[in-house]
Amino acid sequence: MKDSILRSILAEYPKDRAYLIDILVRVQEGDGHISDQSVQALAEYFCISPLDVKETISFYHFLHQQPTGKHIIYVADTVIARMNGYDAVLAALEQETGCALEETSADGLFSLFETACIGLSDQEPAILIDMIPFTQLTPAKVKSVIAEIRNGKTAEQITNPQGIDKTSLGYIENLVKSNIQECGPVFFSNKIKTEQILGEVCSRSPDDVISELTNSQLRGRGGAGFMTGLKWDICRRAEGEEKVIICNADEGEPGTFKDRVLLTKAPEQVILGMLIASYSVGATEGILYLRYEYNYLHCYLENILSDMRTQNLLGKNILGKKGFDFDIRVHLGAGAYICGDESALIESCEGKRGTPRVKPPFPVQKGYKGKPTIVNNVETFANVGRISEKGVKFYLSLGTANSSGTRLISVSGDVRQPGIYEIEWGITLDEVLEKVGAVDPKAVQISGPSGECVSAKLDGKRVFSYQDLSCNGSLMVFNSQRDILDIVRHYMQFFVNESCGICVPCRVGNVELLKKIQLFVDGKAVENDIEEIISWSKIVRSGSRCGLGTTSPKSIMQTIDRFPEIYRSKTAKQEGPLLRSFSLDEALEGYEKAKRELMPN
Amino acid sequence: MSQVRLTIDGKEVEAEMGEALVDVIRRNGTYVPTLCYPGKEQGCLGTCRVCTCKVNGNFAASCTLPVSDGMVVEADTKEGKNIRKAIVEMLFTEGKHNCPSCEKSGRCDLQGVGYEVDMMVSRFPYRFPVTEIDDQSEKIWLERDRCIFCQRCVNLVKDEETGKKIFNISNRGGKSRIEIDVELANRMSEEQALEAMELCPVGCILRKKVGFNHPIGQRKYEVKSIRERALEDAQATAEPSVS
Ligand SMILES: Cc1cc2nc3c(=O)[nH]c(=O)nc-3n(C[C@H](O)[C@H](O)[C@H](O)COP(=O)(O)O)c2cc1C
Repeated sequence: MKDSILRSILAEYPKDRAYLIDILVRVQEGDGHISDQSVQALAEYFCISPLDVKETISFYHFLHQQPTGKHIIYVADTVIARMNGYDAVLAALEQETGCALEETSADGLFSLFETACIGLSDQEPAILIDMIPFTQLTPAKVKSVIAEIRNGKTAEQITNPQGIDKTSLGYIENLVKSNIQECGPVFFSNKIKTEQILGEVCSRSPDDVISELTNSQLRGRGGAGFMTGLKWDICRRAEGEEKVIICNADEGEPGTFKDRVLLTKAPEQVILGMLIASYSVGATEGILYLRYEYNYLHCYLENILSDMRTQNLLGKNILGKKGFDFDIRVHLGAGAYICGDESALIESCEGKRGTPRVKPPFPVQKGYKGKPTIVNNVETFANVGRISEKGVKFYLSLGTANSSGTRLISVSGDVRQPGIYEIEWGITLDEVLEKVGAVDPKAVQISGPSGECVSAKLDGKRVFSYQDLSCNGSLMVFNSQRDILDIVRHYMQFFVNESCGICVPCRVGNVELLKKIQLFVDGKAVENDIEEIISWSKIVRSGSRCGLGTTSPKSIMQTIDRFPEIYRSKTAKQEGPLLRSFSLDEALEGYEKAKRELMPN
Repeated sequence: MSQVRLTIDGKEVEAEMGEALVDVIRRNGTYVPTLCYPGKEQGCLGTCRVCTCKVNGNFAASCTLPVSDGMVVEADTKEGKNIRKAIVEMLFTEGKHNCPSCEKSGRCDLQGVGYEVDMMVSRFPYRFPVTEIDDQSEKIWLERDRCIFCQRCVNLVKDEETGKKIFNISNRGGKSRIEIDVELANRMSEEQALEAMELCPVGCILRKKVGFNHPIGQRKYEVKSIRERALEDAQATAEPSVS
């Protein structure tokens, strides 16, 4: 990158390593990769070693160190896409662009990469071309899109011929569908009155606001289900002059897309939640961590934030209340599922690799730059605004005694109406399957690969609640024709790709589990492999440092429990001295080569 | 400092608030191995997980947990030992650890811990990875076959003048790789280079030109086992601090 261009990018940000990833994304967008020369310049600017910069770059899969083609295409490789024609779409892409995966075409026009779920499971197969989404693809559609690009059009021009303003809702809805199938009392039914509600909140004491939240029994919607009121209370009491509110919009769990729809249809409601948090704990700094896959929402969100600044809903002395200062910046991710973990997300916000921290201390004690920090999910914040508007009684009237309120689920797979549903806690699996139009359901993956795999037949009466199916927002339905083992294999591949590698059980163990599951897929497993895969799964779950490794083997363990016949049908009795997975030819393959190399005469 | 009471394998013990659990367990006579833990003063890294124990019903790396009142710890259990052993086995298969030809043999933590957990052969298939040696810097070379990504060097070895990191990890997950900044490494003093080599719990960071300077037969664990040394060191932490 030309020195003058890099300098003008750097001038847009404070001189603080925390902005390194935002800057790297800009360099990547400008040059198609981050050259050694740019690395050197950034290292000098931030007074760190060039390898330190590379350490960060190489962690994120949307950042490249090698030159790429003029247009970068990311194909979302998900189990849902694979059920909807992924192979044909990929073949068409390779054919039309003239490059295979992980390659750049000879004419330098295209680079093709795979990526994990991009939050569009209700409209797959989907790809990103220069970060612009193209959904519901067919080989024919691929052909015409690539032809247009060859004719000089940009992805932007193809998807937005009318030139709709990038900051408008129309722009986003033109790109991707929101697919809200059922809205309820908390989300989407009516627009939240931000100013009025915030005004009312400010007339009460922070303690009061937090105790209302505690009484509502709201629990985090990002996965762990921690009591939100309690989290805020600890943060309020934590020592520290400055406190930070972070909204986790990393939404990396495959099959989940409800945060995308919330940020599309009700961003003010999410920001209102962050404002209430800031008022409650006395935080001045806000960060919205937006996964790069949702980059097309960036301008839209920035515009909303800037409108709110104009209305004095963000900035200094908010709504004229002296000392109520709070502002929010959008921090882009750069491709790493692990950054959804709150402490990894904080590391990423500081411009570093997204490595989960050792806990304690917890983020509420020492988070972003050592300051007490609240990290909440997008949906959690959206709930807060509605609770403030309608009160605790209203909220407690929804759901069950121990799981109050409603929750959004992102539905995909073998269903007639994929999309977003607002369900009340307490509903059974049978009822949900009926509602979404499940077709011949056999297995249901709840909460994504890290969640629960249940059987439609055996688990239909189970209840969505924190005591039973504590769904974190995704529901994928698989009919009786689907290859469950292949789905599990795909999930394990996902975890192997996304493990940060900091701890041994997750880094090494998941690879071993993937190899083992492959044995079953290939029909080369023996009886002992079932026992072994269960015991290895337990080791990975017990030993790992963060939620990735402590959950990654769940789909294996649960499918063995729920669908043992599938594993049995792929297992043979051990006969003779050689394992079925042992191939004599393969084992001897290297011999001839070694002979040639080591004994040339 | 306030005292806390906790139970370790059914026995009630006392410790100082905030002490690392692994130190307290060892002080009370049970050996739990560690590889990444450089001692409490230098902070815990929590990367290797070979000190995993059951704490209040859940498994956790005992170097990462400060002791607290009422903690219930199960350190010496079959299940816990199996997990610790499995993690050590994982390390032996992930890299290539050929002790007889390694400069650090006899003073290698991984080797010592391997004996202590009774590892004979790994239950996981050996991967025989092909890695690249990095010998570009003047005083130090990296034998990447042996890196266990403990992050000790990454976190604790810094350029003395600028504070910049000398060692880094590139890529992520199974593709992680240890890197060395040649320019900064060339500015290391002989003492710092020696410290880096000794800090490395395996034979990955090695000083150049001084191979096998320490006679075989007189190396750390040939004199005293890693277990004995760890338990002795833990006793030392119990000595009343002069204040
Ligand atoms: C591997 C991993 C990925 C995660 N991804 C997300 C995510 O994409 N979005 C999210 O809100 N929480 C995610 N979480 C959970 C967060 O760590 C954290 O619990 C959550 O953001 C807290 O917000 P809540 O209390 O509102 O749920 C993830 C956790 C792990 C371990």
